[in-house]
Amino acid sequence: MDKERLKNYIILLGDNSMVLAHRLSELCGHGPELETDIALTNLSLDLFGQVRYYFQYAADLAGGDTTEDDVAMLRLEHEYRNALLVEQPNKDFSYVIARQFFYDVFHKSLMESLVNSTDDRLAAIARKSIKEVAYHLDFSSLWMKRLGDGTDESNERLQNAINELWPFTMDLFVITEEEKWAAENKIGPDLNKMKDLFVQKVEDVCIEANIAIPEDVVFINGGKMGRHSEYMGYILNEFQFMQRTYPNMKW
Amino acid sequence: MRTIQDIKNILQSVSDPEIPVLSIMDMGIVQEVESRPDGSYLISIIPTYSGCPAMDTIADDILIELSKEGINAEVKQVLTPPWTTDMITKKGRKALEDYGIAAPLEANADKAALRGEAHHVQCLNCGSTNTIMVSQFGSTPCKALFKCKDCHEPFDYFKCLK
Repeated sequence: MDKERLKNYIILLGDNSMVLAHRLSELCGHGPELETDIALTNLSLDLFGQVRYYFQYAADLAGGDTTEDDVAMLRLEHEYRNALLVEQPNKDFSYVIARQFFYDVFHKSLMESLVNSTDDRLAAIARKSIKEVAYHLDFSSLWMKRLGDGTDESNERLQNAINELWPFTMDLFVITEEEKWAAENKIGPDLNKMKDLFVQKVEDVCIEANIAIPEDVVFINGGKMGRHSEYMGYILNEFQFMQRTYPNMKW
Repeated sequence: MRTIQDIKNILQSVSDPEIPVLSIMDMGIVQEVESRPDGSYLISIIPTYSGCPAMDTIADDILIELSKEGINAEVKQVLTPPWTTDMITKKGRKALEDYGIAAPLEANADKAALRGEAHHVQCLNCGSTNTIMVSQFGSTPCKALFKCKDCHEPFDYFKCLK
C-alpha cells in the first residue's frame, strides 16, 4: 500500500518537470536569439534528466517489466498529474520566462525540502537536482528583471504574461492524498508552508522587475487531480507518438 | 589476474565525447570499480549534469574499451555522492585549459562571475581577467559562454558545480 502511494507521489513529482521540459523542447531552434535558445534547451535537458531519476525509481517500485519509458510515455491524459501551469503554451518569450520563473521558485524550494527527505533515494535525487535548479532560477529571475525593467513594450508583454499565468500558480500547491501522506511521513514538504514562501519570493523579484502581481484572482486548479486544460491532449499527442506507433522502441 | 588499478588504467583511455582530451578518470565520474566473483567488473559512474546525453555514450565506451581487453563489465549510474567540479583532478584541469576551456573557479568566485559582479575568469588567449559572461548556458550543460573584452576572444568556461 505504502509502496503504491510512494510510487504515485514520485510520479507527481516527475510530471511537472516532464511536461515543462517538453514545452521547452518545442523551442529548440526557435529561441529569440542563439544564447537563449541554447539556455532554454539546456533547462529542458536538465529537467528531462531529473525526471528520468524519478521515473526509474517509480518503475523499480512498480516492479515486473515496468521501465521508465512506460511510466513516462504510456499513461492516459487523466493519469498525468502535472499542474496546469507547466502545460501552458509558449505564447511568446515573456510567457516562457514567466512560466519558468514561477516553476523555478516552486521547484527550488521543493528541492530544498526534499534533500532532507526520509526517503534516501528521493533525497539523493534532490541533492543532485538542486544545483541545476539554482542555475535555472538565476536565469529566469534575471530575465524577469530584464524584461520587466526594460522597455515599455517588454514590460507590457511580461505583465500580460504574469496576469494570464498567475491564476495557474496555486495549482502547484493543491494538496493531494499522496502529498498529505508524504508530508506526514517527512518524505515530502508541507505544501501549505511552501506556498507562503513562494508568494514572498515571487513578490521580491516582481518588485525589482517593476511588475504587479494581479489581485482578486480566481485561481484555476485541477491538473494534479488529472483534470487538464485543452493543451494537454496536443502535448501528449506529440510526446507519445513514437512510443504508441512503435511500441517498445529504443533509440 | 587483473587488479582494480589495471581496470582504472584502462578507463584512462575513455573520455567525455564532448571533451575528448579529458579522461573520465580525471573528470572524477568513475565512483567505484568492483570485481565480482564471476570475474566481471561493476563500474559505478556518477552523472555530471542530470540530462547530459554524454553519460549514455560514456557507459557504452567503457564497455567497448574493456571488451577490447576481454573483460566483462557492467556499468551502473549512481547518484551518491553528487558530482562536483572539485572531483576534476589537477591533470584534468590542465587538460581542459590546454583544450581551450577555462577551468572552474571556487564556488563564490564562480557565482560572482556568472552574475557579472566580478571579473574572475581568465581569458585563455591573452590571460586578461577583463572578461564578460555572454550566457550562463553554453554548448554543453557543463559550460558557460564567455568573451574577453581585451582580445575579444570568445571562449567556454567549465561552470563550477557544488
